[in-house]
Amino acid sequence: MSELLGLYALWLREVKVYSRERSRIASSVFTPILWLFVFGKGLGATISIGGLAYDIFLYPGIIAMSTLFTSLFFGVYIVWDKRVDFLKEVLVSPLSRTTVFLGKVLGGMTDTIIQVTILLLLAPFLGISIGPRTIVLIYGTVFFLSLGIVSIGLIIGSVMESPEGFGLVVSFVAYPLFFLSGALFPIWNLPPWLRAFVMLDPVTYGVDALRTVILGGGAIPLEVSFAVLTAFSAAMVYIGTKAFERMKAY
Amino acid sequence: MRGLTKVFEGGIHALRGIDFHIKDGEIFGLLGPNGAGKTTTINILATLLKQTSGEAVVNGFDCLEEPHKVRQSIGIVFQDPSSDDMLTGRENLHLHGLMYGLRKAEREKRIEEVLRLVELTDRADDRVRRYSGGMRRRLELARGLLHKPKVLFLDEPTLGLDPQSREHVWRYIGGLVDEGGLSILLTTHYMEEAEKLCHRVAIIDRGKIIVLDTPKGLTESVGGDVVALKTGNPDVTALAEKEYVLSIEQKEGLLTLTVRDAKQNLPEILRLAGRVESVEMHSPTLNDVFLHYTGREIREGPEEGGYGTRMMMSVKRR
Repeated sequence: MSELLGLYALWLREVKVYSRERSRIASSVFTPILWLFVFGKGLGATISIGGLAYDIFLYPGIIAMSTLFTSLFFGVYIVWDKRVDFLKEVLVSPLSRTTVFLGKVLGGMTDTIIQVTILLLLAPFLGISIGPRTIVLIYGTVFFLSLGIVSIGLIIGSVMESPEGFGLVVSFVAYPLFFLSGALFPIWNLPPWLRAFVMLDPVTYGVDALRTVILGGGAIPLEVSFAVLTAFSAAMVYIGTKAFERMKAY
Repeated sequence: MRGLTKVFEGGIHALRGIDFHIKDGEIFGLLGPNGAGKTTTINILATLLKQTSGEAVVNGFDCLEEPHKVRQSIGIVFQDPSSDDMLTGRENLHLHGLMYGLRKAEREKRIEEVLRLVELTDRADDRVRRYSGGMRRRLELARGLLHKPKVLFLDEPTLGLDPQSREHVWRYIGGLVDEGGLSILLTTHYMEEAEKLCHRVAIIDRGKIIVLDTPKGLTESVGGDVVALKTGNPDVTALAEKEYVLSIEQKEGLLTLTVRDAKQNLPEILRLAGRVESVEMHSPTLNDVFLHYTGREIREGPEEGGYGTRMMMSVKRR
C-alpha cells in the first residue's frame, strides 16, 4: 500500500512539473505538426500510397514518431534528478527501486499520452475520422509502445551523468528506430536486407498497428503487432528495474 | 558503527576504520575539513553507499542487510538542495509524506506542524524556485522531520548560509532533541556550529576519528588558554622553557601558544616574545583542538561548491 502511495507521489510530481512547463508541451507537438502539414501535405500534393494521399498515409506514422521521441527523450529527466539531487531524496526513502522506476515510467507515459491526444484532435483537419473502437486501439498501441520506449530512455539515463551525454547517446538510438519503423514509407515492398532491419525494430509494430486501426490495411496482423509490443515492453521494464537497482545516487 | 572503511574505485581510502556510537536523544557532531570522510560516512549510514568493510547499524538495523528498515528510520538533509524547485514547498512536503506512506490525516497534520516549526507557513505555497538558500534549507529540514524519523542526518546544515539563516537553523536543530525520541548526526566544518549544538563531537581527518569527546572535554584537553601573537620571528627557546607554556606553534609571523593561566603570565610572555604587533587571547575553541591534534587549521583548503553553485545549476534545469 505504501509503495502504491509512493508510486502515486512520483507520478504526481512528473505530472505537476509537466503541466507547469507549457513550453515543453507546445514544443513537443510542434515538430509532429510540421511533419504532418508541411512534409505530409507537400509530398501528398503529388504522391499517394495505396490510394491514400501521403499526408493521410503519414498520420499513424507521426503518432508513432511522437510516441518514440517523447518517450525516449523523457529519460533525460532521470539524469536531471541526479544533477539536482532530487534522486537522493527518492533513494533514501523506503520505496523500492522498482517503484522508483515505475513512477518515472508512468510520468513519461503520461507526457506521451497527452501529446498523442493532441495529435488525435488534429485528425479532422486531415479529413480522418476516428471512431470510439479505434481510439481504444490507438491508446492500447501507444500504451505498450511508450511503456517499452520510456524504459529504454530511462535505462540509458540511469547510466548517464550529464544531459548532454544523454542527448548524444539517445540520438544514436532514436534515429535508427525512427527511420527503420516504416513511419514514413510502406513496408510491404522493401528489399530483403532492409526488410530484415525493419522487422527487428519494435517501433515497426507500433506504426503498423496504428496504421491498421486508423486507415486499415497494415502489413502485419494486428494480433502479431500487439504480441510483439507486449513482449518488447515487458522485457524493457524488466531490464529497467534491474538498471535502477544498480544505479548510483550520483 | 564499527570499523567502517570505504575504499572508492581507484583506491582512494575515504574512510579508514571509523567507530562511534550515538546515544538516544543525542546530537553527535562529525567535525573535520573538506574531504575528511564526513559525507561518505553519512551516505553509508543512509544506505546510499555500501561500505567496503565494517558494520553500520542504524536504529538497530544493519545498513547492508535491512536497508529498507534503515531508510524508514532516518531523515536526512543533504548538503546540496534536493527539493524540486518547480513545486511549491507544500507540494514537496506532500510528496515526501506520500513516499513515506503517511495517511492523509496524519500527513496534513504533520505538514502544518513542520511548516510552523521552520516558520515557512506563509511561503508554503510559493514555488521553491523563489526561495532563498536559507528558506530552502529550512524546508528540507522540515521535510527530513516530516515522517518522524528516529535518526536525523544533517550534512553541513548551514554551509553557504548567511549568519542570520544559520542562527535560525541552529535554533530549530537545538530544539528538536528536547522532545525526545530523536538522535541527530550532523557533519560540519564550522567549529562554532559543533560547539553550539553538539553533545559530543568526533574530530575526523583523512578518514579517521582523531578524538571523540564532549566539546567541553575537547577544549579542556588542549589544557590551557590560547595566546596568539603577531610578531617577527622571535627566538622562542626562552618561552619554551617556561613550565606554564604547554605548546608553541610558529607560522608565518604568527606565534600561537597554549598557556596555563594566560592572564597572569601574559606580561612575561610579551617580554620574552620581543616586538609584538598584536595579541589575541582566548579560551580554546574546537578550532584550537583541531590544530592541537592535527597540526593544521580546519579552514585550510577551498570551500566546497555547495549551495551557491548548485542553486545556479538547478535554475537551468528543464
